[in-house]
Amino acid sequence: MTILEINNLNKSFGGLQAVQDVGFGVEEHRIKAVIGPNGAGKTTLFNLISGTLPFDSGSVVFKGEELRGLKPYQIAERGMARTYQNIKLFPGMSALENVMVGRHTRSRAGFVAGMLNLPATGREEAEIRGKAMELLGLLEIEHLADIEAGSLAFGQQRAVEFARALAAEPAMLLLDEPAAGLNMNETAEVARLISKIRDLGITVLLVEHDMSLVMDISDEIVVLSFGQKIAEDLPAAIQQNQEVIEIYLGGGDD
Amino acid sequence: MKRFLPLLALLALVISIQLLTQWTGTTYYLTQLTMSGYYAVVIIGLCLLMGYAGQISLGHAGFFAIGGYMSAMLTTRNLISFQNQDWVVLLDKFGLLAARQDLYGEAILAFQPWLAALIAIVLAGTIALIIGIPVLKLKGHYLAMATLGFGIIVYRVFLASEIFGEADGISGVPGFPLLPGVIVTGSFGARVGNYYIAWTLVIVAMVMLINLINSRVGRALRAIHGAEEAANAMGIDTARYKLKTFVLSAVLAAVAGVFLTHYNGGIGPSEAGVMKSVRYVALVAVGGMANLWGALIMGVTLNFLSLRGFFGSYDDAVFGAILIVIMLFAPEGLLRLNLAAKLKKLFSGGSRK
Amino acid sequence: MAALQYVTWQLPMTSELFLQYIFAGLTYGIIYAIVAIGFNIIYNTTGIINFAQGEFVMLGGMIAISLNPLMPLPLAIVLAVLITMMVGALIEIVFIRWLDKPSVLRLIIITIGISILIREAALHIWGEGIRSLPYFIGNEVSSVSILGTRISPQVLWVMGVCTVMVILLSLFFRYTLMGQKMQACAANRTAATLCGINTRNMVTLSFMLSAGIGALAGCVMSPITYTQYDGGTGLAIKGFTVAIMGGLGNSMGAVAAGLLLGLLEAFSVSVLPLAFQDAISISILLVILFVRPHGLFGRRDTAALKEF
Repeated sequence: MTILEINNLNKSFGGLQAVQDVGFGVEEHRIKAVIGPNGAGKTTLFNLISGTLPFDSGSVVFKGEELRGLKPYQIAERGMARTYQNIKLFPGMSALENVMVGRHTRSRAGFVAGMLNLPATGREEAEIRGKAMELLGLLEIEHLADIEAGSLAFGQQRAVEFARALAAEPAMLLLDEPAAGLNMNETAEVARLISKIRDLGITVLLVEHDMSLVMDISDEIVVLSFGQKIAEDLPAAIQQNQEVIEIYLGGGDD
Repeated sequence: MKRFLPLLALLALVISIQLLTQWTGTTYYLTQLTMSGYYAVVIIGLCLLMGYAGQISLGHAGFFAIGGYMSAMLTTRNLISFQNQDWVVLLDKFGLLAARQDLYGEAILAFQPWLAALIAIVLAGTIALIIGIPVLKLKGHYLAMATLGFGIIVYRVFLASEIFGEADGISGVPGFPLLPGVIVTGSFGARVGNYYIAWTLVIVAMVMLINLINSRVGRALRAIHGAEEAANAMGIDTARYKLKTFVLSAVLAAVAGVFLTHYNGGIGPSEAGVMKSVRYVALVAVGGMANLWGALIMGVTLNFLSLRGFFGSYDDAVFGAILIVIMLFAPEGLLRLNLAAKLKKLFSGGSRK
Repeated sequence: MAALQYVTWQLPMTSELFLQYIFAGLTYGIIYAIVAIGFNIIYNTTGIINFAQGEFVMLGGMIAISLNPLMPLPLAIVLAVLITMMVGALIEIVFIRWLDKPSVLRLIIITIGISILIREAALHIWGEGIRSLPYFIGNEVSSVSILGTRISPQVLWVMGVCTVMVILLSLFFRYTLMGQKMQACAANRTAATLCGINTRNMVTLSFMLSAGIGALAGCVMSPITYTQYDGGTGLAIKGFTVAIMGGLGNSMGAVAAGLLLGLLEAFSVSVLPLAFQDAISISILLVILFVRPHGLFGRRDTAALKEF
């Protein structure tokens, strides 16, 4: 079953066509990767899907619902969570608190309940905390729970960001260059993690630069170049695709 | 329950100060401590808005004044000449009007203080909601100027309206019957009681705000302040949270305005002035922005000194200087100032350049 | 209220009264424009909105008034402008220069604090009284006839001096090396630094320049608008309104917007009580901020590139 359907998506900034007529679908419980050289429009595409940027034309349909015009928080409420290439944790909050924020869509206490601290609010708070600890455990970083997120090592921050996204129990997870800035060991670790997430029943769409990571874990790959889709196939087929090889080897500017 | 230990300490402090003034025969200090308590309610509300939601407001004196002025106007406007009109009869029938005599024995029929206060607070909240929707879309300088502009308009309206007493303001505001036998009033005999009324309000407000910042909402607010885009992507309706915080802090300001106006027996346009708004911002800044206790402690201390006339004719200048010094040397607030580390940074920074 | 408006609209708006309003509007309008340009100069080089901008105008007027008994008026004005420029430079050097990447909130609060300190200092030096410079030519009753209406020659002084200032400023930014260096800082501070421009000095210069033009405006307007220690706040709000209307950073836009606001205010006197005159410009400010934060003349997409 297709959980995300993108059709003829367009976005331009002034004169620059960042995303041009891009369309593809993502099957449920699979890992799909979007690759392409720098400036191919990968991150823009992510921002369009998650509602951070409005698109000019086309459509994004998630679980049968058109997302056009929805704000990022509304898209999150519908079960889509994301991470950022340059990690956006909440500074001044502990790792645990960061993950607890991720639980926002799965909890309810509002201003009045918060101010009065009713028994039900306390129970919900305990549930949020428990779930957040559980996720830190899943990512094997529970020992970092009380450390201020900004002071963690880069790889650890990435793990916290994963946990925060998972705390929403999303149907789909968007990962923006999850291996960016990581060394080889850490990248392998991330690859293992992503497979683990897929096994939890979460669909994963990732944008990635690191070819080895993508080839190892993806079920399907979309290749972008200068805002256009030039290929969509199984990893093995992408590796043989002449046009893709040319872009990656010929372009070679990074 | 660990979070309430400081509150118990505060309660103990409040009681011991009262006993101390009793013992030393200096109960006149309680008057300024009562007033400082009410101002502190405005300040901790603004602290929630500035420190936790990250939104500056240079118009909070406006909300305080809306609360105070509306309550004062409704409880002093004499309806006796309208007493045969249907709406007055109807209000009277439901017990919403209160009859009394003024100092000269003239009969006054005016709104019941509870109803007046309710109208005043709801009005302040509604105005905050209406202007908050467009204003909170702004950021930085624009937000500062827009809230400053709002504050000036409120000031001008009170200053120019006959119904609000123009430059004289409103006086002769009656006491506020909070509970049977418990009246918010500045009369001499009620000094001790009113000190406790004010500080009960402060403690109640503190309990609610401390609960709030430790709740899901408080977490969301800090997330918005730290990384707004990511907070939105986590499912937090950032605009709505900012708006609700703005309304909540405006309501707290209005509540304080209502109480203090009944305590003082009147209100004047200076309460709506820009300098008042700036002063509230200064006190939140000195307290450390995202620090309710800091805002409370600094707010009460400095307001008390100011009300006692400690700064003489340099009152406003002192608050201006505080703003600059704190923002230059300790933007995280005086109470969190780690002087040694700052100095070290200053010197190492100096030698690098 | 409706009845009142009906009555005032029925008043015959004679062509003479009409011209009086026009001149009053233009006079105030050009002053607002100068304050707005003062905002722009500092904003362009630093990204700071200097909340103490109105205080420069007040300071210029006050200092000239104090110096005037000691020396000829032109000399008093020149000295007042120079002293105010020094104050501007001092403010930048003492309070702004050494801050390392300060947040917008911090800068807002600092400049607000500065404006309070200047105002309070003025209160203690000059008192609460209303003061003014003498009329440059003649006195308060002398007038010249223009287009069939009689106006004070001082009005012409204000308009003349302010117009010359606007022209000189635009020539300065376009044709002098110093002006172009400042423009470069505005466009891209990092790049300007890399090209060997001392951006810190440019920032000091921008504070001096905007203090100077504010002070000069404060001098020429003093005979007709008077000078009082707390006159700066109102001017700052109106100047900011004009700066936003014209598009922040756009000085020609500021001139157009300043004249527009001046005229609107002047004519509003015929329909609204005087006490609400300030409320008009603030309401305009709020509406513009909500509807067109990039200004009446600016383009939305270029405005989006700036950090507010």
